[in-house]
Amino acid sequence: MEHNEHILERYERAWIFFGLAMITVFIILIGYMMLTMGNTNPVGAGRIDATKVRTEGNFANPRVEQVGNEYVAYVQGFSFGYLPAEMKFKAGRKVTFYITSPDVQHGFQVENTNINVQVIPGEIAKLSYTFEKPGEYRIICNEYCGIGHANMISKLIVEP
Amino acid sequence: MAVKTFPMNDAYVGAPEKKYTLFMLMLGFIALMVGTLFGPLQSFNYGGLDLYPFLKPVFQSYYQGLTLHGVLNAIIFTQLFGQAIMVYLPARELGLKPNMTLAWVSFWMALIGLLIAALPLLGNAASVLYTFYPPLQAHWAFYVGAAIFVLSSYVSIYLALDMWARWKKANPGKITPLATYMSVTYWLMWLLASLGLVVEALFLIAWSLGLVAGVDPLLMRTLFWYTGHPIVYFWLLPAYALAYTTLPRLAGGKLVSDPLSRLVFLLFLLFSVPVGFHHQFADPGIAPYWKMIHTILTMMVAVPSLITAFTIAASLEVAGRANGGKGILGWITALPWNNPTVLAFLLGFLAFIPGGAGGMVNASFNLNQNVHNTVWIPGHFHLQVGTLVTMAAMGTAFWLIPHLTGKPLVARGLALASQWLWFLGMFIMTFALHWMGFLYAVPRRSHISGSPVAMEAFRDSAAWMVLNIVSGVILLIAAILFFYVIYATALQSRREPSQVMAEVPFSEVISKPEGSSLALLTERVWFWFGIAVVLVVLAYGPVLFQMFTNMNPVPGQRLW
Repeated sequence: MEHNEHILERYERAWIFFGLAMITVFIILIGYMMLTMGNTNPVGAGRIDATKVRTEGNFANPRVEQVGNEYVAYVQGFSFGYLPAEMKFKAGRKVTFYITSPDVQHGFQVENTNINVQVIPGEIAKLSYTFEKPGEYRIICNEYCGIGHANMISKLIVEP
Repeated sequence: MAVKTFPMNDAYVGAPEKKYTLFMLMLGFIALMVGTLFGPLQSFNYGGLDLYPFLKPVFQSYYQGLTLHGVLNAIIFTQLFGQAIMVYLPARELGLKPNMTLAWVSFWMALIGLLIAALPLLGNAASVLYTFYPPLQAHWAFYVGAAIFVLSSYVSIYLALDMWARWKKANPGKITPLATYMSVTYWLMWLLASLGLVVEALFLIAWSLGLVAGVDPLLMRTLFWYTGHPIVYFWLLPAYALAYTTLPRLAGGKLVSDPLSRLVFLLFLLFSVPVGFHHQFADPGIAPYWKMIHTILTMMVAVPSLITAFTIAASLEVAGRANGGKGILGWITALPWNNPTVLAFLLGFLAFIPGGAGGMVNASFNLNQNVHNTVWIPGHFHLQVGTLVTMAAMGTAFWLIPHLTGKPLVARGLALASQWLWFLGMFIMTFALHWMGFLYAVPRRSHISGSPVAMEAFRDSAAWMVLNIVSGVILLIAAILFFYVIYATALQSRREPSQVMAEVPFSEVISKPEGSSLALLTERVWFWFGIAVVLVVLAYGPVLFQMFTNMNPVPGQRLW
């Protein structure tokens, strides 16, 4: 028994070391990938009065603007849809989205991409993405926003 | 021979804490039963089958049913189970009675809070899901009831710490017994972790009563997730405590290391709380470096679970070999799979492994982008809380209800069947949900079966949807079997104290705490609690300070 206990403790220590090593590798990988492989995590681009989103400022006129070789999109996620209702971009060009909500929280996930935003009233989310593959991409609301939540699906078009 | 039936109270003379524990436990299981009956409806929804129109006179929408499912299962049941187990285990281990007046105060607070919250929930006035994110605004009674319910856990904190202090006074210089140590660290973790929810509740109550016009949705989210992640350890640790202190004995073996088990609970006390931003990776308004800090701290919380995997597996191996198992894997088949409690834990831990791996994905700042708010997430937590935590509770009920009441378990075969079916159903369902979320971006908690637009959008995942329907049926059968077993056991009139466990089956340990420097180090509970507070202040302080001093209030909406 004494002997077994000793072996067990050795395995135990090896396992804890393995666990810590694995976690260290994961953390380093996450950091490395985020720094080098493009990063679509939304960041804050200021705050806004949610009750005035529909009437004042950039979001009162939801649109896609072409700025040089790039696009800037001002997007409203509202119960239960998105404005502008249809967005078009050319493939291979960088798109910078600014997104907010005039009412409650929503999601802004673009299928087959890493775009996934928690849309929070009062906050302006910003992220950049370059669509390489032409086609239609669904935009899906993935945060419960009321009775019509499941219908809150839109699309954007990437042209060749 | 005259048959004398004893009046109800007589069974608990001399052990009033048994009655308290039984009431907490059964209230929890009643909540679980009601909540679980809505589960198959959510499964069917993700199979494209909408049964809610048939419930229309009583339940108005999928979201009302989902709110009931989440609140009753994840908030009500889990807390009541913790209040039962983590007060009863130390009471038995130390041979002390909890302060019974306060114990009943905690029960009545929980019951009254639950009833107050139930009114708006049943009246469709609080269909805000169990995350109740503002600006969606529920009826004030929902927030008030939930707050009273959660505050009842503060009484439980006092009950456990009071017993611990009394024991310490009578046994100066001795190392706290293991189950009590687990209870103390558990309740201290919850004391620190629950603060976010309590502060959020103050805002939401004032807002729903119209005392303030708006609340800041980002601040409310941040306070919610401050509690919302550690709350999963609040759900999990009673299952771990039972796995450490009773499972090895029930399986026929011993716990391999007492000091290491203490370390696990200490690590949970330290790292459970400062991790909430990993639920907010997709939120604007929190700087990326803060999210990265929480990523690292979240990874640290994996350590105690990795140690648990080792210690529990090693203890089970000891049990299997003691039962005559030979060879590398022979000990596994030698375990008592025909004991419904052991079976429930074995299957629960089996599901916990892929669940933990998925959790690592969720905690990764970058990978989370692919799964945030998709059905991957409910897939993940149904492996954790829906499988291990719930199965540990169900499995424990199979010996605990007989132990508390003196009534032997009825229909042992059905108890075994319920656990196999529960495991199978959960495995199928979570498998389907993970793939649907990851591959097809199917959103979580979305009434897709009631929306032709959504069904068209997600038609590619139809094969996975079938699995959801299958799992819903299996889980419904499992639930019916389980609840039949426990109610038939608890409500029978037969008391046979000779056929039930007279004592809690506390495990013997191989590596003891006496003389262990690690055990001595972990014994300085208040010092470590102080470190936990410092960690929280460092990981949350600056962000919360900025949010509190720059609030951006938004008015409430009712959109259901």
